[in-house]
Amino acid sequence: MDKHITVPFDRSVSEGLSAGDYVYLTGTVYVARDAAHKRMIEALDRGEDLPFDIKDQTIYYMGPSPARPGSIIGSAGPTTASRMDKYAPRLMDLGMTGMIGKGKRTQEVRDAMIRSGAVYFAAVGGAGALLSKCITGSKVIAYDDLGTEAVRKLEINDFPVIVVMDCRGGCLYN
Amino acid sequence: MREIHTDTITDAVEQMCIKVCHELSDDMSACLFDAYDNESSETGRKILGQLKENLDIARSEMIPICQDTGMVVVFLKVGQDVHITGSDITDAVNEGVRRGYAKGYLRKSVVSDPIERINTNDNTPAVIHYDIVPGDKVSITIAPKGFGSENMSRLFMLKPADGIEGVKNAIITAVKDAGPNACPPMVVGVGIGGTFEKCAIMAKEALTRPAGEHSAIGYVKDLEEEMLDRINELNIGPAGLGGRTTAFAVNINTYPTHIAGLPVAVNICCHVNRHITREI
Repeated sequence: MDKHITVPFDRSVSEGLSAGDYVYLTGTVYVARDAAHKRMIEALDRGEDLPFDIKDQTIYYMGPSPARPGSIIGSAGPTTASRMDKYAPRLMDLGMTGMIGKGKRTQEVRDAMIRSGAVYFAAVGGAGALLSKCITGSKVIAYDDLGTEAVRKLEINDFPVIVVMDCRGGCLYN
Repeated sequence: MREIHTDTITDAVEQMCIKVCHELSDDMSACLFDAYDNESSETGRKILGQLKENLDIARSEMIPICQDTGMVVVFLKVGQDVHITGSDITDAVNEGVRRGYAKGYLRKSVVSDPIERINTNDNTPAVIHYDIVPGDKVSITIAPKGFGSENMSRLFMLKPADGIEGVKNAIITAVKDAGPNACPPMVVGVGIGGTFEKCAIMAKEALTRPAGEHSAIGYVKDLEEEMLDRINELNIGPAGLGGRTTAFAVNINTYPTHIAGLPVAVNICCHVNRHITREI
């Protein structure tokens, strides 16, 4: 069924989502992929804060193409989530409630999702031009030197995703 | 002897990089449109519809089809009666990539070292495969490769006794393991024979063959057709969420091999299988 949800959201919202739900997300998400995750975890290891408060937030695994002049962002589709599996459980334990990506996750990630009440959404891979139309704001907030891998704050409007893994262990991939 | 200046090669590479990241080739678009008409899964059809719409937006608004505009793979076939003038030919190709990725607002996805991982910020270097061929022309194929699917590719060093059944199992195993990670519907490039590296390069080049065009070797054509049917019965489907459309094509290249070996490389590409060829 189709659902419209505002991000950020707390676990009372993610607990109401089930694998197979079509969801349209509106609000704010943070963008981080491989290199940014590595740096964020290194920051935590040193006892430092993350570049943003992760409580109730959703991370979109993505690295956009550059924006043309006058555009908000370039092509902006999901990247493979499993490369962030090494880092995701720690972020969920700090309160992250949502992830947007594509592809399978490890059992450790699924266990952390159940423990922390988080949900994993898939956006359609290879539809970056279409998905960019649902992005209304984009700002680099950390690690600018990483180029496309910098941490961004994105404003999204009716961004289409599908719940592939819910916080009760439900999974849409066979 | 015909002379070709490296500036001509640089210009061609620049233009081809921009075009190929915004417009899918006719063979690939046709596969997508056919799949949309024939997919029976409701979710699958919905996703294929999004992919069709994505292609229209990419072309009309010049937004890359996919944000992963890839590491540029180049197949450069140089006629033996051509004299290349100007600069170093490898530098000329990389300069074309550099300009194309800057002017086309394409993503810079290449790091200078696999362990130190500093972005080169211009998407160079490309991976260039040179071949010397008869004639006085230069043929350039540009195939920017996204890594969601590249990461799911496999190389199997089978035994001769494994035979064609072993080859079939290798292909099905690679596709099953790739599943949703490789952004299906996929194109599956396969190399059979040669040596370890020859086999992998054949698989890569197979991805540049237009979908729907089959091997000239009878049993290989049959194998391509059988593998495509079997893959499309795996119910992986568009985005890995179920359905019949798991692959658009299986393209297989073969080469003689050693009495002791049966190498099989399976190079998986997502539905954004970019390839463009120009002859100079």
